This record gives sequence, structure tokens and C-alpha cells, in this order.
Amino acid sequence: MIVGERKPFEQIEEIVDSNSKILVLGCGTCVTVCLAGGQKEAEELAASLRIKCKKDNKQAEVDALTIERQCEYEFVDQVKSRLDEYEIIISLACGVGVQTITERYPSLLVMPGLNTKFMGYPLEQGVWSERCLGCGDCVLHLTRGICPVTRCAKSILNGPCGGSAEGKCELSPEIDCAWHLIHERLSNLGRLKELETIQPPKDWSSSHHGGPRTIVREDVRLDSGE
Amino acid sequence: MIVGSNLEKVINSGNFAVTGELGPPKSADIETLKHHAEEMRHYVDAYNITDNQTAIVRTSSIACGAVLVQMGLEPIIQITVRDRNRVCIQSDVLGASALGIKNVLCLSGDHQQFGNEPGAKGVYDIDSMQLIKGLKDMRDDGVFMGGEELEAPVSYYLGAVENPFADPFEYRVDRLEKKVNAGVSFIQTQCIFDLERFKKWMELVRERGLHKKVAILGGVTPIKSLGAARYMKNNVSGITIPDEVIDRIKGAEKKKEEGLKIAIETIEQLKEIEGVAGAHVMAIAWEEKVPEIVERAGLYPRPNV
Ligand code: SF4
Repeated sequence: MIVGERKPFEQIEEIVDSNSKILVLGCGTCVTVCLAGGQKEAEELAASLRIKCKKDNKQAEVDALTIERQCEYEFVDQVKSRLDEYEIIISLACGVGVQTITERYPSLLVMPGLNTKFMGYPLEQGVWSERCLGCGDCVLHLTRGICPVTRCAKSILNGPCGGSAEGKCELSPEIDCAWHLIHERLSNLGRLKELETIQPPKDWSSSHHGGPRTIVREDVRLDSGE
Repeated sequence: MIVGSNLEKVINSGNFAVTGELGPPKSADIETLKHHAEEMRHYVDAYNITDNQTAIVRTSSIACGAVLVQMGLEPIIQITVRDRNRVCIQSDVLGASALGIKNVLCLSGDHQQFGNEPGAKGVYDIDSMQLIKGLKDMRDDGVFMGGEELEAPVSYYLGAVENPFADPFEYRVDRLEKKVNAGVSFIQTQCIFDLERFKKWMELVRERGLHKKVAILGGVTPIKSLGAARYMKNNVSGITIPDEVIDRIKGAEKKKEEGLKIAIETIEQLKEIEGVAGAHVMAIAWEEKVPEIVERAGLYPRPNV
């Protein structure tokens, strides 16, 4: 899932600026699961903004609303008339949500209340870890399920580098060396020989380095004319 | 003979090679670097010039290498994959060659978070293995990494680093072999303080006959003080210093002399290890001691090949 983290309150205050009709818009999907931008968090942020406005003697109306998904027109359209009531919408969705609403309704002012962090999963309650960069050309079959592009700080495909020590990355003893894990895994599977192959340079054009990516699937398009 | 650099000739002649290391400054004033290069003249066969070492911005290794060439000395320019993509690296290597530089050392590079621009975007377009292979293909097959042909041949002597002290230990020899297959002619190792572990690694290297395919130069760093030893042990990624070495410095009355002695003894031991082709002396911030180390280790004068 997409993991996010709420922006610091001070920054949100700056973003809200002098607007006085404010909606905090939560999203019911990924960011709800990672406890950053769901209904609960939207209500909490709205309450904090209200208290702050009161403290500053500022007249403001702050509401909270959460929709199923901010990244699909279908869900956004359903609440369009509500959204119209506000001068500013602080979206607690990932960056995709903010942009979906902006593109659909350019007259609305939708601002981010969240820092979109990464694609990952919860290792345990309260701990999330990144697992995929979305490089567009998956190599997990080569490493039997451990992503060096994401988990190695240098995205090495023929690792590990010389900084790997006692299973940890040179960056920090908190970070597992991805290549140590890969070596261990292939060794356990009796497949160490596979590491002898020199993996060629990656074609990064399938990743973000080829510009924003778009997938067109004629087979499922409605207007494909077939 | 590939390119006929002095380093290549010394190695091929079977003499025990000696390389030194120079770190460019955080300014464009390279007088000190030139001074150190001059001090080491006749004591080393070639000079490594670091590439923004520990990710700290410094004068470019190629620029300093070109100055050394002008001085009639032989640089080994380091190229990391941290700051440049394949377009830039290939272009820089061609440029280095045009400037008369004949030795190239391929590395991953310390992560940018260690340096003075921790917010920098790390490039890591290719890794050090792909760099070796790419530069070898450029030289031997006349093609760029992307497959297009070069307009004219280019040549250089290719090296890489290996760290026998990093983990997983068993994999370190596999990785060396991979680098040999990728196309390196010489290897410089991380500083050796744990000779026992190095010897164990060399045993594995010999078991596979890799010492016959690649010239291994053992890394040697003289320890200047107890503080320096502790700093390296705790802060420099990839370096291990056994407690005995720290204790030896601690217990010594003349700490600097003890540091030099350890370095000289290490070189003497390296000379005895089958398959070690030379020593790479990294006396960072203590460059003036290189001649003394080389001389006391019985490696002076350098062969004229
Ligand atoms: S230590 Fe391991 S994870 Fe960290 S950069 Fe090196 S190879 Fe990658």
C-alpha cells in the first residue's frame, strides 16, 4: 500500500493561510490503513485546526469528511457539491488523491496535508517499511523476492557493496543490507550460483526516469471502438 | 600489455607494485596535492586520486589526474557510480583518456548521506560491476554501454576495489571473481589491519586461482594516533581494526612510530603472501610518510620498467 505521514501541524497552518472555510478530506484506502489520513485522522486534524483558530481569535469553519478513495473520479464526483462549499481543502490522501481532485475540479483549492512516503507494508503495529519503488521492470524473480532496487541504498544489482557489515547496510545499523538478505536467501535455496551472472545495467526508462508513466490497455478501454 | 601504463608494466614484470593515494582538496587550490605527489615521486608506481571521497565535495579526480600527468606522474583516477550516470561516466572516462590518464579504478562510492551534501540525489544508475563491464566493453569491443560504437578505440588499465573485511565473508571471494569476469586487471583492497582475516581471504582467492587472473594490491594505512584508529574503527564504513592493533598503539610510547611500524610490518607480511601483487598505501593526511614507509618496507627504489 501507499504509506504516508501527516505533515507537521505548523506547515498545515501555513498552507491553510487566511482561508476561513476549511475542509479536511480523509481518504478511506491506503492512508486509512497506515493510520495517517483516514476518518479518524481527518477529524483530529480538523479539531486541532479549530482549537488553533479559536486561540488565535480567527473566525473559521473547519469540517472533516472522508471518502472511500480520492484517486478515482467516481468517488470524488459523489461529494462535489460538498467540496464546493469550502475555500480550501486539506487532503489527507496521498499525492495522487490531491492531483485527481485538482484535475477533475480545477476551481477547487486542494492542498496536501500528508507527505506521501512510499509503497510498503507494516512490519508490526506502528512500523512501516518500504518495499517497492515502482521501477517498472520487476527483478524480484532474480533475487527470489527481495528487492535490491528499493532496499539497497545504492540500488545495486550485483551486490553487496564494500560497506555491508554484519548484515547491516553501511548507511545505518538500523537498515538490513538487502544484498546480505539476498545472499542468505539464495544460499538457503541452494541457488548461490545464480549470483555469478553479471546483471546488466537496468533500463531506467521504464521507471520515473522516462517521465510520468501511463499504461493504456486497449482490451479494457471503454472507447476502444471494439 | 593493454595500455602500457607504468602500473601495468610493474605488475606484469612481476615486481611488487606500490601505489599511493592522494585526496583532492575542498578547493581549487591543489598546491598541497602537487606537493604530496612530488614527495612520493620515485616511491610509488602510480597515484590513486579519490573521487569525492566519503561523498565530500572536492576538486575532481580527473582534473587532479590531468595535473599529475603534466607533472610526469601517473594517476589512477577513481570513478564512483554515486554521482554520475552512464552518460556522464563514459564521457568522463573518454575525457580522462584524452588527458593522458591511463588507469581507472571503479567503485560504488560511499553513500552521499555520509558527506557534506547529504540531501543530494544519489545517482546509482549503474553499479560498480556494471561499470567495470561497461568500461571493459568500451575498451575491448569499442562499444558504449548502450551498444553504439565508439568512433575510435580507447584504452586504459582497469581496476576495482574489494573489501575482504565486509560481509558476507564467504561471498567476498565470489564477488572478486565476478569483478575479474567483468574485466578488471588489478584490485586494491580495503585497508588491512586484520591480517589473519586477509590471509584467510587470500587462501580462498588462491583456491580459485584468481590471483593469477588479477593483480591484488593490499591496502595499507599507517595509523597516526589512537584517536585516528578509533575514528576509523567506528566511523569509516567497511574498515575493521582488531582490538590488538588498537591496544598496540595504546601501549606504545611513541604512537606515531608504532603506527608506521604496523604499516611496514603489514607490507612485509603482504610480500610473503602468495598471490599478493603489491601494496596500496593510503596515508591520508600523512602523505609525507609514504617515502619512509616504502623505503623501510624494502620497496625502494621502484623498478624502472
Ligand atoms: S551495504 Fe548493502 S544495502 Fe547498503 S548500500 Fe551496500 S549493498 Fe546496498
